[in-house]
Amino acid sequence: MLSAAAALIPLGYLAVRSFEHGAGTVWRVLWRDRTVELAARSLALAGAVTAACLVLGVLAAWLVVRSDLPARRPVAVLLVLPLAVPSYVSGFTWIAEWPVLAGFSGAFLVLTLVSFPYVLLPVAAALRAADPGVEEVARSLGKTSWQTFLVVTLRQVRPAATAGGLLVALYVLSDFGAVSLMRYEAFTMGIYTSYRATFDRTPAAILGCVLVVLAIALTIGERRARGAAAVRSSRGAPRTAAVVPLRRARIPAVLGVLGLITVSLGVPVYSLVRWLVIGSSAGIDMAGLVSAATGTVTVSALGALLTVLMAIPIGILAARHRGPVVRGVELASFAGHALPGITIGLALVFFGIRLAPALYQTTPMLAFAYAVLFLPLAVGAVRTGVSNAPPVLEDVSRSLGKGRAATQLLVTLPLAAPSIVAGAALVFLTCAKELPATLLLRPTEVDTLATELWSKTEGAAFAAAAPYAAVLLVVAALPALLLDRFLHTRGLP
Amino acid sequence: MLSRRRVGAVALLLTLLAPTAVACGNGDGSGSDALVVYSGRTEQLVGGLLDQLREATGQDVEVRYGSSAELAAQILEEGDRSRVDLFFSQDAGALGALSDEGRLAQLPADVLNLVADKYRADDGTWVATSARARVVAYDPAQVRDSDLPSNLDAVVDPKWRGKIGYAPTNGSWQAFVTSVRVLRGEDGARDWLTKFAANEPKRFENNIAILDAVNKGQLALGLINHYYWYAKVTEEGADQVKARLHFVPGNDPLGLVNVAGVGIVNGSDRADAALKAVRFMLSEQGQRYFADQTAEYPVVKGITTTKHKLPPLDEIHGPDIDLSKLSSLQQTLAMLQEVGLS
Repeated sequence: MLSAAAALIPLGYLAVRSFEHGAGTVWRVLWRDRTVELAARSLALAGAVTAACLVLGVLAAWLVVRSDLPARRPVAVLLVLPLAVPSYVSGFTWIAEWPVLAGFSGAFLVLTLVSFPYVLLPVAAALRAADPGVEEVARSLGKTSWQTFLVVTLRQVRPAATAGGLLVALYVLSDFGAVSLMRYEAFTMGIYTSYRATFDRTPAAILGCVLVVLAIALTIGERRARGAAAVRSSRGAPRTAAVVPLRRARIPAVLGVLGLITVSLGVPVYSLVRWLVIGSSAGIDMAGLVSAATGTVTVSALGALLTVLMAIPIGILAARHRGPVVRGVELASFAGHALPGITIGLALVFFGIRLAPALYQTTPMLAFAYAVLFLPLAVGAVRTGVSNAPPVLEDVSRSLGKGRAATQLLVTLPLAAPSIVAGAALVFLTCAKELPATLLLRPTEVDTLATELWSKTEGAAFAAAAPYAAVLLVVAALPALLLDRFLHTRGLP
Repeated sequence: MLSRRRVGAVALLLTLLAPTAVACGNGDGSGSDALVVYSGRTEQLVGGLLDQLREATGQDVEVRYGSSAELAAQILEEGDRSRVDLFFSQDAGALGALSDEGRLAQLPADVLNLVADKYRADDGTWVATSARARVVAYDPAQVRDSDLPSNLDAVVDPKWRGKIGYAPTNGSWQAFVTSVRVLRGEDGARDWLTKFAANEPKRFENNIAILDAVNKGQLALGLINHYYWYAKVTEEGADQVKARLHFVPGNDPLGLVNVAGVGIVNGSDRADAALKAVRFMLSEQGQRYFADQTAEYPVVKGITTTKHKLPPLDEIHGPDIDLSKLSSLQQTLAMLQEVGLS
C-alpha cells in the first residue's frame, strides 16, 4: 500500500497544480494548437525509437545468447553499458561533432543508442530461459534457422520484448536532455518552457497530465500486445539451447555488433577523452571526484534498494493475482515513468516539506524520489522473476504449514532473487545518471557525478566535466558486470 | 549451483547496502545556523565568492546549486515552510517571479542605493550583483569589421541569411526579445522578429554551442552573452579561440545589459546573516570577484577589472529599460511561438 501511495504522489501533485486556477485554464492550455502538435511529435519520436530499439535489442540479444558470435560475454557487457550514458551527454557529443543531426534524426539516434539495452536485457533473459524444445521441433519439421527464428523464437521473446519496448517508449516521452540538445521540439520542451520562461507551474502540470494519459494508454496497449506467456513443452528442468552457427552471416553480424558498440559507447567515450586532452582546466580535482562518486554510489544504492523493496509487493501481486486493484497500482507506477524528473521532483518538494519536513532534502527522500521515478524498472524484474518461480513449490510450503507471508519470504523471494537483483542493478544505473530530481532533493552540499557534470557543463567547462562523465561510466560498469553475471547463471529478469 | 547464485545475490545486496551506513550520518542539518543559499548561478561561477563570504564573515553557508527557474519553482512549492534564506539568481526574471508571489523581503535603502536605479527592483525586494552584456560573436574569417551589425535592424539584413545563431530556450535571448518588445512595442517587435525568422537563423541549445559553431566557422554571427567568450579563452587558451566579440554601443536592444541578482526570502530565520551576505556581494571584494573571476561587470560604481580586456560598461550603455519589466516573458514566449522562433 505504501508502494501504491508512492506511485500516486506525482499524480496527486499534478491534480492539485492543474486545477488551482480552475478548469478553464486546463482547457485553454490543452486546446492550444501546440499542445496537440507537441504530443504528436513526442509520440512519433517514441514510436520510431521504440521500433528501432526492438529491432536492435532483439537481434543483439539473440546474437549474444544463441549464436556463435566471438567474445559473446564481453560483448554482452559492452552492449549494456550505453544505459549508463546520460542522454544529455550522448546528445552533447553527437551535436558537437555532427551539427547536421539537429532535429528528429539526432533525437532519434541518441535516444535509440541510450535505450536499446532496455529491450536487449529482458529479451536476452527470455532467450536463456526459453525452452529450446520448440525450436528443435520446428527445425525437425524442415524449417530453416531463419524461419525458426521468425516463427518460434520471436514468439517466445514477445512478452519480454514488448515489456522492454514499453520502458523505451515511456523513457522517450519523459526525456528532456536529448530532445533539447537536438532542438527537436517535443512535449517535455513545453513543460520545461513553462517552468523556465514563465515561472508558471500550472501549464506545466496540465501538460504533465497529458503525459500521464499517454503513458497509461501505452501501458494498456503493451498489455494487449504482450501475448500469451511463454510455453514450455517439456516438463523437466530447463536445458540450455544449442549454439546456432552463424556461418555466412558471421562477418556481417560481427561488423553490426561492433558498429553498434562503436556508436553507442565508442563515440561518447572518444569525445570524453578528447575533452580530457584539450582542456587546460583539466587539472583533475581528485577529492571532488571521489566525493561525487561516493555521493552517486550512496544515493543510487539506496534508491535501488528502496525501489526494489517497494516493487516486491507490486511485482508479486502482478505475477500471481490479477484484479482491478493490482492493475491500477501497476498502471500508476508506470504513469510516473513518463513524467520528466523535474515534475516528480517538484511533486516530492510539495508533499515532502509538508508531510515529512524532517526528511526533506535528505538521502532517504531522494531515494524515495528515485523509487517513484523508476518503480516500473523493478516491478517488471520482480514480476518476471516471480512468474518463473514454480508455484508448486509455494503450494508445498503452504501444505507444510507455513503462512502466506512466510512462504513468500522463504520460498518465492529466494527463487526470484537473481531477477530481483538484476532489477536492482538496472535501477542503480538509472539513478546514477538522473539529474533534475537529484538537483532539487539531494541533501544540501552533497554532490553526485551527475550534478557535478551538469554544473561543469553549465559553466562551459567541458574539459572539467569530462572526468565526472568518465567516472560515471565506470561506476555504472560495475552493476552492468553483475547484471551480466546474473544473466549467465540463470536466464532472467 | 543454486548456492553459488545465492552467495552472489547476497554479495551484491551487501554492496548495495554498504553505503547506507555512510548515508545515515548526513540526514540532519536543519537545526544548524548555517545560511541556506539557493544559487541559480553555478558553483563554477560563484563557488569562490561564497568561500570568500565564509572567510570574511565567519558565517557558515550551505549552498544548493540548480537552474534559477527550477530553484524559484522549488522555493514557491516549499511555501512558508522553506528553510531558504537567500536566493541568488542568474536573471532578474526568476527574482521577479518570487517577488510577485510575495516571497522576497524588502531590502534596506543603503543596500539598494549602492547600485544604479536600473539594477534593482522597483519595490526594493532584490538587487543586482553583477551585469552581463549581449554581444555579437563573429567569425573574423567570414565577417569584416566594417560589416558588423551596429544595431538591431542590421541583424536582419538579408546578407546574414542562414548565418546567424541564436538560442531560443536561453533566458538571455528571451530577455533580449522582451527588451525589443518593451522598446519598440508589440507591433514593432513582431515586425522585427518576423524579419529575423525569415532570415533563417540557426537554432542552438545554448550560448556555448553558438560560440563553438562560430569558432568552427559554421556560423558568421552568434547572439550571445559576453562572458562565454572570456570563459572559453580562459579554458582553451587565446590562440584556440578564433571567434571575436562585437559590443554593440548605444541605446540598442542588441547591447542589452542584463543582471544576476540576489534577494532575501521572506520568513528567513537568519535574515541578519542573509543581509550581511548581500552586503558582502556588493562590497569592493565581492564586486572585484565578479570583475576578475567571471569577467562580468561590477554593478557598484568605481570597481573595474584588471584581468580581462573588457570595454567599460558605460560605453556599452545598453538600452534604457526597466529590467524588472523583463519578467513579462509570457507575452514574449507567445510572440516567439507566433512567429515560429520558439
